[in-house]
Amino acid sequence: MANIVQVLVDAIALGSLYALVALAIGLVFGVMRLVNFAQADYITIGAYALVVPTASVTPPLLLGALPAALMIGGVLFVVVVLALLTERVAFRPLRNSNPSTLLISSFAVSYFLQNLVMLIHTGRPKSVGIGQGLANAVEIGSVRVPGVQLLTMGVTAGLLVALVLFLKKTPLGIQMRAAAENFQMARLLGMPANRVIALAFAISGLLSGVVSLLLTIQTGTLDLRMGLMPVVYGFFATVIGGMGSLPGAALGGFLVGVASVLLQTYLPADLRPFRDAGVFTLVILILLVRPQGLIVTSAAKERV
Amino acid sequence: MKSKTMPSLAAIGRFWFPVLALVVPLALIVVVTGHFGGLSLQRTVIEMLISIVIVVGLYVFVGNSGIISFGHATFMAIAAYASAWQTCCEMLKPITMSGLPHFLRDQSIPLLPSAVVSVLLAGAAAFLTGLVIMRLTGLAASISTLAVLFILNVVYSNWDSVTMGSASIVGLPTYVTAWLALICAVLAIVIAYLYQISAFGLAIRATREDEVAAAASGISLYWSRLIAFTLSGFLVGLGGVLQAHYLGTVSINNFFLSFTFLALAMLIVGGMGSLAGAVVGVVVITVMIDIFRRLESGISIGGEQWSLPAGTQELIIAGFMLLILVFRKDGIMAGREIGLPQQLQREKGLING
Repeated sequence: MANIVQVLVDAIALGSLYALVALAIGLVFGVMRLVNFAQADYITIGAYALVVPTASVTPPLLLGALPAALMIGGVLFVVVVLALLTERVAFRPLRNSNPSTLLISSFAVSYFLQNLVMLIHTGRPKSVGIGQGLANAVEIGSVRVPGVQLLTMGVTAGLLVALVLFLKKTPLGIQMRAAAENFQMARLLGMPANRVIALAFAISGLLSGVVSLLLTIQTGTLDLRMGLMPVVYGFFATVIGGMGSLPGAALGGFLVGVASVLLQTYLPADLRPFRDAGVFTLVILILLVRPQGLIVTSAAKERV
Repeated sequence: MKSKTMPSLAAIGRFWFPVLALVVPLALIVVVTGHFGGLSLQRTVIEMLISIVIVVGLYVFVGNSGIISFGHATFMAIAAYASAWQTCCEMLKPITMSGLPHFLRDQSIPLLPSAVVSVLLAGAAAFLTGLVIMRLTGLAASISTLAVLFILNVVYSNWDSVTMGSASIVGLPTYVTAWLALICAVLAIVIAYLYQISAFGLAIRATREDEVAAAASGISLYWSRLIAFTLSGFLVGLGGVLQAHYLGTVSINNFFLSFTFLALAMLIVGGMGSLAGAVVGVVVITVMIDIFRRLESGISIGGEQWSLPAGTQELIIAGFMLLILVFRKDGIMAGREIGLPQQLQREKGLING
């Protein structure tokens, strides 16, 4: 019994992480039909901002040396600025292009940022110790839950609630939802396009910053590709959730996270390395049954 | 009557001109560098020709359908590994790749049949993948091709007894010369050209311009895309075999995101709307890579040795691609083929990117 609870906790914790990433992707997709590959590098760069840029494998801390609140603020600030910068430089000039062009341009931005990090920090993985206390397990009944998993779940729940409140209750949030529903119409009705899109990028940066912190605490290492897998899972989550649907993105994130943990736990040992392949196959199978994703929005089908 | 049974030379010339305009310069490059170029230049030319096979293969699907595929490195990898299993290191195979079936493990298969089988396998894999993925449209299809790439990468990196995991398989016979690469590049260009002017090609180009209108005219989005996807699987498979037997090694890491980025960058920079765009893109990016590779490895100017930091090349290519996307969205060729001047005039109204 305890075992099953443990697995469930793992599954929900990983699912929350992917849900955060999927939301970050979904928000930007909603307002500008951009599937943003560079999200992976937002996460990576957020994490690398913790250390001083050197070639060392155990680099001295930069933002990571600050007190917790300042450190969190600093990382989030860096990632938000980066997200806004990429929006301004690379994506705004392409705003009226078709989704394929946007997708390709985000692929190029991602490649650029990844190699920039490599140039500055070298390609070797680095170790970084922040929030070590959180790695300790907390015992609840007969279940031992690593503190960082509790933190992930708590943070995700908090951010989800905040995001829902923001989208439903504030004027900007409502404008953002309107933009996702029908960008042209919203614009005609006075939605400030630049501000809303920039805000979507800022929020996606904020979410990415949170993910970089959570990931770094969890693994204690920095790696050039640390953002890649979460973002790839996030892509698949948004696609199976239904492109353009935020509840769909969150749902998709939880689904792929849960599927991943369940496969990891219940696959025979010699098949376990193939876990990711299993999840991705599942993604394609879901798409076969529901090509528009689980929650179909008006954005899923191109307007004629 | 005569003109019907036997088209005039001029007509043949007009028909083949877009192909000749690409093939003749390539052949000239091979001849000139073969005679006057150094070894490293000759290697660059071979790499360029192999890239042309791959990018033209990619173009057959991406360019004609307008759907970006991140999955084509999959079919390259399948062909490259298949060829490695058939031809590589007869002595070591039973030990390093013990999971292979007997007929592969204990003998080598002659080069030509093995290459044909590998290419067919890549095409078959593309067909099977396409059966599933071509049911999706637009971005969902693109993301699913990415899923395919990841699935293959996970499987081949972990299937140790057959693929040697993420280690490289070394010792493939290296038989690829500049002339062989040229022949394959010409073959790929001719196939892509004949396909794009065929009824199938026209149909899929119609779906690219307007899905709804094309479907309303009786074109099946599914079948037209599946045909293109399969054909393009064969061609990139050929590219995979060539690359494997040029380098002499096969490693799954070479068929992942960096490679996918480079191939797409070549296609986008040249312009994914035309065959000429695919070829020009390869040439331009290859030249850029070669220049920056030389600068990174260091040159001496006035006795002083200086070099660019490693990784500059990648930054420049990504930046260049972004500039192209912003300022010349349809690429260098902007969707046009290289035509005879008067032909260009006549078709200007018909063809645009």
